[in-house]
Amino acid sequence: MHDPIADMKQGSAPAPAPAGSSRWGDFVRHNLREYGMLISLLAIMVLFQWLTEGTLFQPLNLTNLLLQNSYIVIMALGMLLVIVAGHIDLSVGSVCGFIGALAAVLMVSYDWHWLPATLACVAMGAAIGAAQGWLVAYPKIPSFIVTLGGMLVFRGLSLALLQGQSIGPFPDQFEHLSSGFVTELMPGGSLRITSLVIGLIAAAALGVASLRGRAGRLRHGMEVEPYAFFLGKTLIFVACIGLFSYLLASYKGLPNVLIVMAVLIVIYDFVTRRTIVGRRIYALGGNKNAARLSGIKTERLTMLAFINMGVLAALAGLVFAARLNTATPKAGLGFELDVIAACFIGGASATGGIGKVTGAVIGAFIMGVMNNGMSILGVGIDYQQVIKGLVLLAAVYVDVYNKNK
Amino acid sequence: MAASPVLALAGVDKAFTGVRALHNVGLRLFAGEVHALMGQNGAGKSTLIKVLTGVYAADAGSMELEGQAIRPRSPLDAQRLGISTVYQEVNLCPNLSVAENVFAGRYPRKALRIDWDAMNRGTRELLAGLNLDIDVTRLLSSYPVAVQQMVAIARALSVSAKVLILDEPTSSLDEDEVQRLFAAIRRLKSQGMAVLFVTHFLDQVYALADRITVLRNGEFVGEWLAPELPAPALIAAMVGRELVARRAATEAPTSVAAQPAEFELRGLGRKGLLQPTDLALRAGEVLGLAGLLGSGRTELAQLVFGLQQADTGELRVGDRPARITCPSDAVQLGIGLLPEDRKTDGIVPELSVRENIILALQAKRGMWNCLSGEEQSQLAEKFIKALGIKAANAEMPIGLLSGGNQQKALLARWLATHPKLLILDEPTRGVDVAAKLEIMDEILQLAAEGMAVLFISSEIDEVVRVSHRVAVLRDRRKVGELPAGAQEHDVYHLIAEQA
Repeated sequence: MHDPIADMKQGSAPAPAPAGSSRWGDFVRHNLREYGMLISLLAIMVLFQWLTEGTLFQPLNLTNLLLQNSYIVIMALGMLLVIVAGHIDLSVGSVCGFIGALAAVLMVSYDWHWLPATLACVAMGAAIGAAQGWLVAYPKIPSFIVTLGGMLVFRGLSLALLQGQSIGPFPDQFEHLSSGFVTELMPGGSLRITSLVIGLIAAAALGVASLRGRAGRLRHGMEVEPYAFFLGKTLIFVACIGLFSYLLASYKGLPNVLIVMAVLIVIYDFVTRRTIVGRRIYALGGNKNAARLSGIKTERLTMLAFINMGVLAALAGLVFAARLNTATPKAGLGFELDVIAACFIGGASATGGIGKVTGAVIGAFIMGVMNNGMSILGVGIDYQQVIKGLVLLAAVYVDVYNKNK
Repeated sequence: MAASPVLALAGVDKAFTGVRALHNVGLRLFAGEVHALMGQNGAGKSTLIKVLTGVYAADAGSMELEGQAIRPRSPLDAQRLGISTVYQEVNLCPNLSVAENVFAGRYPRKALRIDWDAMNRGTRELLAGLNLDIDVTRLLSSYPVAVQQMVAIARALSVSAKVLILDEPTSSLDEDEVQRLFAAIRRLKSQGMAVLFVTHFLDQVYALADRITVLRNGEFVGEWLAPELPAPALIAAMVGRELVARRAATEAPTSVAAQPAEFELRGLGRKGLLQPTDLALRAGEVLGLAGLLGSGRTELAQLVFGLQQADTGELRVGDRPARITCPSDAVQLGIGLLPEDRKTDGIVPELSVRENIILALQAKRGMWNCLSGEEQSQLAEKFIKALGIKAANAEMPIGLLSGGNQQKALLARWLATHPKLLILDEPTRGVDVAAKLEIMDEILQLAAEGMAVLFISSEIDEVVRVSHRVAVLRDRRKVGELPAGAQEHDVYHLIAEQA
């Protein structure tokens, strides 16, 4: 007879390892969500590569795709934290536009040097985030309402700043931030060797990091993917990064923005998985009362998530303004929707507590590839929106369906 | 007593992704009988109830209602067949009126409009049957949980049921309300209702049940008539062996009693929550806080932990007044609080057992003094072993553990911070008998190691067993203190005396 008490005392009895092929099946089933996302992205890329008869992956277009998407990805990183904390920020598009306008006024109208102007803009983003975050955290006004207010306020303020006109062009160094490329150290040849090398180093680093991560999980007796699966996945990843770097290197090299974006993704992935602040945000979103009762200053943490969002929205605003090389009253219009959609496509839960940085990034790229691919195909802006909306609904439907199963 | 059962289950199997939850389980409910379903946490009681009510479909086995084979596909389906359920947590809408809750989904109508008069009248009649007289037009949230529970039962009764399932209906009720509920159940019984009653309180089983079915590890252990199965035999059947003798608190060592109090409440209170109260908490001593539901037990804990701000008096820590304005202040002063409601205030279900355990320690250490991954894992492993937390590994989400194991993990959360004062608000609620005893032993052990413990429970017998001193609350004020060795009736006496 099985003795329940004895079992309890022994604590963790190792679960019997399922054998052979069923292990693969189980694994894929349990992690369908995570890999499903990635597979969808790949499928969408292949689909558009075929539909556009190879235009999608042409070096020029690939570069464009990355530039077009950079600000969405940057903001999605912040939005993910806000959503995981159990809130939403509708104001990011307006903040993005407002910061671009502010940058233009400072640099063009007032002739500031680009560096202090940029810093001032980022500080302004933080201040905006702090103000909205304070309203959400302390007087406990629902974030939806606070940021809906913010959306109107900053849209209005950017119109006021620009007085309805476009302001530009920006100083060259500033423009370089967004539309520049990594400087080539090896002259001559059509291939940008430096860029290629950086890309290959990144690919190798990713491979090594995955191997070490798997070894660590094994050491702690945690569940890992079947070896062959892991190897295949990692090789595909490494190969993809290598291939993309090669494609980019054969045009103008790696865009500066890509470097900024990649660094941010790595940092935020680390922050959300490994650091105290990151894990506290998950605890906050998962069960606010439990977090508070454990001694976490939940109000301060909520505010921090919004400040972070403000900073990233400011950064995205600068990147966007630099890319157009002018600040326009329409800048940032509707960005919040793409950013929020990216997070939800990426598997974030609307009730908080669940979501991954990698998911949000993949979500942003799914939106980006669709935007780009449909534009090449000449799909009108009308049906582009319809299709994007349906994709969002489908992704969340699959997610919810899997969860309830 | 009817010869054939109203509801009969036989050979029921249910497995979740390979894990067997029920195996060859049978259950017979008779009209006019209260049937107690007993078993430890994880024995399969909840799963069986969910099979009965159509939440889960059984993998194998038969189910017959009045001789007809049935297969409910949803709770609604089961309800239509005549099987009504009241769940442990109140499943009602707090933002609607009492009457709306009772008639939710089937409002009486007059043409196109809701017939409010009929609805309110019907609700009043149903509640009168439970001996409850309240304003049914007020919001449900304006009543205490106990009343909400009665409303839930009234709702279950209002759909002419043949079988009523009560899943731990008494876990949030005080003694008086339990008696009121029992009177209502007895009345239903006399009307020929078959009642299935799930509880962790043994005395309630014997007060109410005619028949007992015991499950263990998802298997059917046996069915007895209640008088034929005395309590020790029942526990043995649930646990699978005789329980070890209980350890009880004796007088605290004299050295402890002589010491100045580590934590002292001097006239601490807040209007509407707690009258100004004096209370001394000494290191190495378990202070029990006894009182009925609503007597101010939880409120006192909230004031000490900074969840509510006191408007009079002070809390002195180590003979200095302390300022506690939020829980994180309390944590910094070495206070821990195991909250009453594990689900809403305790666990973060999506996070791993490890992350749940380190949550408070990391909060205490601050943002920049990070525990390494290695330290975290070791800490988690240590507590999993020390408290006997039944988890496959430290990385599984805590939401997948059973109630008793979640509670142990939450206890670990606070033990990891090495608190000087640990407040335990109903630590044994919804926890099975064996885990209850383990938790109480652990509490005494902690006190022996020099911790001050404030033990709050509505189960008076637990309070007197585990405490070196018992403070009794009534109507939001302290009415007296009892030394160790006090009996349950002493506490009741003290509560009643002042009334």
